[in-house]
Amino acid sequence: MITVDQGNPLLMVRGLTKSFAGVQALKGVDLEILPGEVHCVLGQNGAGKSTLIKTLSGVNQPDEGEIVWQGEPITISDPVAALGLGIATMYQELDVVDGLTVAENIFLGHEFARGGVTERRKTSRRAHEIMTRLGHGGISSNREVGTLSAANKQIVSMARALSHDTKLIIMDEPSAVLDSEEVKNLFRVVRELTADGIAVIYISHRLEEIREIGDRITVIKDGRTMATNLAVADTPTQDLIRLMTGRTVENVFPPAVPVASDSPVLLSVKNLGIKGVFDDVSFDVRAGEIVGLAGLVGSGRSEIIETIYGARKPTSGTVEIDGKAIEAGSVRAGVHAGMGLSPEERKSQGLILDEPVYRNVTLASFGRWARAGLLNERAERSVARKQLEALELRPADPDRPARTLSGGNQQKILLARWLVHGTRVLLLDEPTRGVDVGARAEIYTLIRRLAAEGTAIVVISSEIEEVLGLSDRVLVVAEGRVIHTTTASDIDEHGVLDLVMKGSAA
Amino acid sequence: MSEQNSPVAPALAGEGHISGGIPPHDEKRSVLNRVLGGSAGRSIGLIIALLALFLVGTITAGDRFANFENVLTIIRFASIIGVVSIGMTFVITAGGIDLSVGSVLGLASVVATLSWVQDFADSTNWIVMVIIALAVGAGAGLINGIVIAYGNVVAFIATLAMLVAARGLAEVLANRTTQIVRQQGFLDFFRGDILGVSILIWIFAIVVAAGWFLLNRTTFGRRTVAIGGNLEAARLAGIKVKRHMMYLYVLSGLTAGIAGVMMLARTTAGTSTHGTLYELDAIAAVVVGGTLLVGGRGTIMGTVLGVLIFSTLTNVFTQNNLSTSVQAIAKGVIIVIAVLLQQRFANRAARK
Repeated sequence: MITVDQGNPLLMVRGLTKSFAGVQALKGVDLEILPGEVHCVLGQNGAGKSTLIKTLSGVNQPDEGEIVWQGEPITISDPVAALGLGIATMYQELDVVDGLTVAENIFLGHEFARGGVTERRKTSRRAHEIMTRLGHGGISSNREVGTLSAANKQIVSMARALSHDTKLIIMDEPSAVLDSEEVKNLFRVVRELTADGIAVIYISHRLEEIREIGDRITVIKDGRTMATNLAVADTPTQDLIRLMTGRTVENVFPPAVPVASDSPVLLSVKNLGIKGVFDDVSFDVRAGEIVGLAGLVGSGRSEIIETIYGARKPTSGTVEIDGKAIEAGSVRAGVHAGMGLSPEERKSQGLILDEPVYRNVTLASFGRWARAGLLNERAERSVARKQLEALELRPADPDRPARTLSGGNQQKILLARWLVHGTRVLLLDEPTRGVDVGARAEIYTLIRRLAAEGTAIVVISSEIEEVLGLSDRVLVVAEGRVIHTTTASDIDEHGVLDLVMKGSAA
Repeated sequence: MSEQNSPVAPALAGEGHISGGIPPHDEKRSVLNRVLGGSAGRSIGLIIALLALFLVGTITAGDRFANFENVLTIIRFASIIGVVSIGMTFVITAGGIDLSVGSVLGLASVVATLSWVQDFADSTNWIVMVIIALAVGAGAGLINGIVIAYGNVVAFIATLAMLVAARGLAEVLANRTTQIVRQQGFLDFFRGDILGVSILIWIFAIVVAAGWFLLNRTTFGRRTVAIGGNLEAARLAGIKVKRHMMYLYVLSGLTAGIAGVMMLARTTAGTSTHGTLYELDAIAAVVVGGTLLVGGRGTIMGTVLGVLIFSTLTNVFTQNNLSTSVQAIAKGVIIVIAVLLQQRFANRAARK
């Protein structure tokens, strides 16, 4: 696949170290990028990937180590210098300006202008050329970026990277916001770029993507390069996971425990619907059971779960806990009845990032230890600490701001919140989004354990494999309707997709 | 960890944890660092600014500035805007804003001095005037709160409307006259002192203590910070966000009402022009104090320091017979310098 001169790497990094506030984020990273290759950097959250990216894009300065660019040792003093060299970065959070047009976004910071007056026509034409090169000439350069989908915003972001004379593009988890069709398109674009000799550093948690798009792999763990220049084709997944996590992961999904036939129904959803969004959704979840909602983005699965929780108001139907109907459209009533939601967007909907971990854990229940409105922070802290130790949060420091924890540990904070609250019906929306491979297995085990302890769980995920592996029973959702209900072991990913296609056609 | 001599796993020996990338949090930070990292650390820039102002005052005005009486004067001068700022701290900590406090203060002062109110107070007790002023403040805040929380009107606009309307209503009620406080009991109490310290200062101190306690030690305070930190997360955790937002504006209105009473005591008159532009002074004090304008972090002590800095500044300038225009310029400069200093120290503390 690689047709380049092996002797002349585009970029070489040797012995890179960097520490922040006494914490050593990088302890010696080596990396070698050849022109025209897709080089995947693998590592768990906290391994140092972000710091590495920021160092290469000029945001951070390394403490020690060497960066060699096209044979010349260099220092990258700031992001402008990086762009000048030909290193462009696409960050995970889409960094486009919604209020500007496609063309204005692409040339943001280096506009075509004469005496301060922008040359609109030239900008527009050049933008169109780049978008066409990316296979998206159909998107008008004069369209406001805010009206585009996340996938198309990403294309704009990529176009911006290409608007410089770029030799290396760093993509930080570009697939995180995309569905599978959009990922295919992204890959097509990446292949075209590499065919032109542009190198790509591709960061992703998803091993299957790396298999598809990558040429070589560098694995980072704890700020150190564990293995470098592994050929994607020759390296077994087991080895990669072991390198990343330092342990063997054989069976990712813990075995399902059969639900006793006399187990009581905790959650009962009856003919629930919101006009124009989804309708007639009915299902029961028994204590100890995990029910998964499988379906594509836009199928209505998140809306269903949010309506059950009370965050949206239904236009028809009821939700019952323990056989008692709860007030529709009231989160407080849902929480009071024993429901808990781990929302889709952990950071924007779940956590108060600058508040300490323990206050995030007790957010739904701090009033319980309060007397006459007076907080009892000592009790809160000790309850939170106990729960976090049980969930093996690392570090188990209740006073650390939630922001400083990895995705997997932040997910544990949300689970801890509802465990502390005594929740018996857990609704999990994308429980492993942004959680790395090793920590995922841990989250799965936790979810299984909660079910075994008698919690009723509803789980949705954009990864169908995850829904199937985790659930006892699966509801296939398409276009706002439940089109099929089955035991999880009786269906596979293809079966689900098949049903979804048929359901959409019907 | 079964096979350590796998070809691609040269450095695995001794590795156990899944996500152990982060070294353990150092529990034994020195006392100094803990102080610097805490709220006191964030206030250090303010304390330095305040001390610098005192130094300037002492050098330029000598004994006229540096005496106990004058220090009390500075605090007394700060007390009214200070009380308003405490209410404002809560609203801003929750991510809101209240532009109406100044005119609500004026309205409360007018309503409390209407002749029938004073007559009624004469025949019963002066406390009637206080209760009416507080009720006017809380009532205006309630309207703000309902419009913002349940009407989904942006706080900036809703309270801007109240700013205009309350001032207008005060003008109508007072018929554009100045209503003298003739209720002697009221004047006797509020213009008196306890242990040589003016009642106004005592009220300020009580409001500060109550505000600190409310923000840092109660469920009300926790909800306030949570809503400012992440409104959606607070809502999805089952906190009644709308109701709490409403309470916050009631609280802010209430402090404006208290400030109205204090204004009556200081000026012995109620008029619709009382409290003009106080909203801006209060916001400046809160933000200079270190409360985040976007919400999620609030500090009562910072607000107090912010208010004191401004009133000390005014005092220094007055002692030196400088014009109010020069004062205004200095005020603008102080806002920027104080915030810059405070950010620098906050960053240093965070970096430990």
